[in-house]
Amino acid sequence: MTADLWTAFYIAILTAFVGYEVISRVPVLLHTPLMSGSNFIHGIVLVGGIVVLGLATTSLEEAIGLVAVIMGAMNVTGGYVVTERILAMFDRSKKKGGPP
Amino acid sequence: MIAWQTPLVDGVYVLAILVFVLGLRSMSSPTTARRGIVLAGVAMLVAVAVTVLLPGISNFGLIALGVIIGGLAGWYWARVVQMTAMPQMVAIFNGMGGGAAGAIAAVELLVALGNPVTAGLSLAGAIIGSVSIAGSIIAFLKLQGWLRSKPIVFPVQQPLNLTVLAVALAFGGYAAYTVQTFWLLPFFVLLLLFGILFALPIGGADMPVVISLFNAFTGIAVALDGFALVNGPLGDAGYALVIAGTLVGAAGSLLTLLMAKAMNRSVGNVLFGAFGATEETGTTMQGSMKPIDAESAAVEMAYANEVIIVPGYGMAVAQAQQKVKELADLLESKGVTVKFAIHPVAGRMPGHMNVLLAEAGISYDKLFDRDEINSEFPTVDVALVIGANDVVNPAAHRQGSALFGMPILDVDQAHNVIVIKRGQGKGFAGIENDLFYKENTRMLYGDAQAAVGQLVAALKKS
Repeated sequence: MTADLWTAFYIAILTAFVGYEVISRVPVLLHTPLMSGSNFIHGIVLVGGIVVLGLATTSLEEAIGLVAVIMGAMNVTGGYVVTERILAMFDRSKKKGGPP
Repeated sequence: MIAWQTPLVDGVYVLAILVFVLGLRSMSSPTTARRGIVLAGVAMLVAVAVTVLLPGISNFGLIALGVIIGGLAGWYWARVVQMTAMPQMVAIFNGMGGGAAGAIAAVELLVALGNPVTAGLSLAGAIIGSVSIAGSIIAFLKLQGWLRSKPIVFPVQQPLNLTVLAVALAFGGYAAYTVQTFWLLPFFVLLLLFGILFALPIGGADMPVVISLFNAFTGIAVALDGFALVNGPLGDAGYALVIAGTLVGAAGSLLTLLMAKAMNRSVGNVLFGAFGATEETGTTMQGSMKPIDAESAAVEMAYANEVIIVPGYGMAVAQAQQKVKELADLLESKGVTVKFAIHPVAGRMPGHMNVLLAEAGISYDKLFDRDEINSEFPTVDVALVIGANDVVNPAAHRQGSALFGMPILDVDQAHNVIVIKRGQGKGFAGIENDLFYKENTRMLYGDAQAAVGQLVAALKKS
């Protein structure tokens, strides 16, 4: 266990509380965009995919790393577009005829 | 000497994390939410782009290829899909994240199987990531209707599932113990099988819980991969995964608990209870279902002071939200107050009804959740139930019913109830609905889109 790893554990514990606090205020109305927005944020997995593919040396590692990057990229773009599309519908400024 | 690239990349990651947290926080209000997600999108783009600057990264061609294939596929698919298919889209993109986390764990295991700490973390990441992708794909197939949405059950199901998981863990442990990568193959195959078996017995109506649970799973898998990366040569990227993954893990877990609570069931009961697999028998209902025609129903609503509309999954299936909007507008033009009562688990994902009604252009001021509106039912003239069943079933107040204790919308208290329903069948839970047999309830049979269309036509004539 390196010191870096312990640091990461400390950060993770604090982050879990931040996540809980931030989310517990979201109204039912926005549960779908919340879920799909957090779905987009774990698309950060793409960064991990790029790292393992970038460091891969054997063709097996490269193949699996490529799968990770493709899936990660799908997660991040799909998650973003879905969230954006949903939120666009809640955006009043784009709606005609709605209350001001 | 530290190259200039590393501090730059680290700085970008720190800023990206800050924007992610602020982006999630902006979700607490519909007016700020969109700006939040756009900012988070920009932060994500920059974070991904600078990652290739990290020292030691090569294989740029493959990286570009993967990003382009996956990015275009995800972008295109999410753009063209119908709004009504959103639950399965969320499920499949979440599954892709889980798969990516599993694949990263696999590469980590190939590279550093001899390091017990990295191996342990990667094995954990592999388990959760694999279950997430396999389970999400089953959820996708069920939501898409390509797989039966009722629970798929067979004898000794749970013991079999546990055995598969235990054997998978044994292979993984053996691989790490002997440092022989070959044993990782059966480990992953069995994990994927377990993920499939795990999701099969979970029924369609329980999907709001399941989708948020798999979302939390993917977040946790990403965080575990992050720990493994922190323990490797390029730890910088690992921290970003740890923080973003933990954030999603916490958010997803909280949402999962909220959804389970809205059904008054434990998460364990949702996952392993195979709810809705069996139909209730033996209860005989008092009275009969009394039909009504669209004209009479339209008149009843037109002369009401207030109408509360209760949408359910039937509205989503029939894609009736536009017609519902037309109906609400017509009623309002006749001076009727129209409100919408939204049950937290109506539909197939958290907030499903809100999204569909927003798509139709219904202002979110008119949408009320259970706690806000339940006290209004006793004074409302007409409650119009469109394709909702279990969430309005007063059997939830009856001791011994499978629904007992579930917080429902108290539609049965309204002066008059009109229920739009395709046929006389039972709801997802397989339980007779007392509401349909009540003295003041009238049934308007038909597909939600057609039935609401008839109401609209009748209102236009009058």
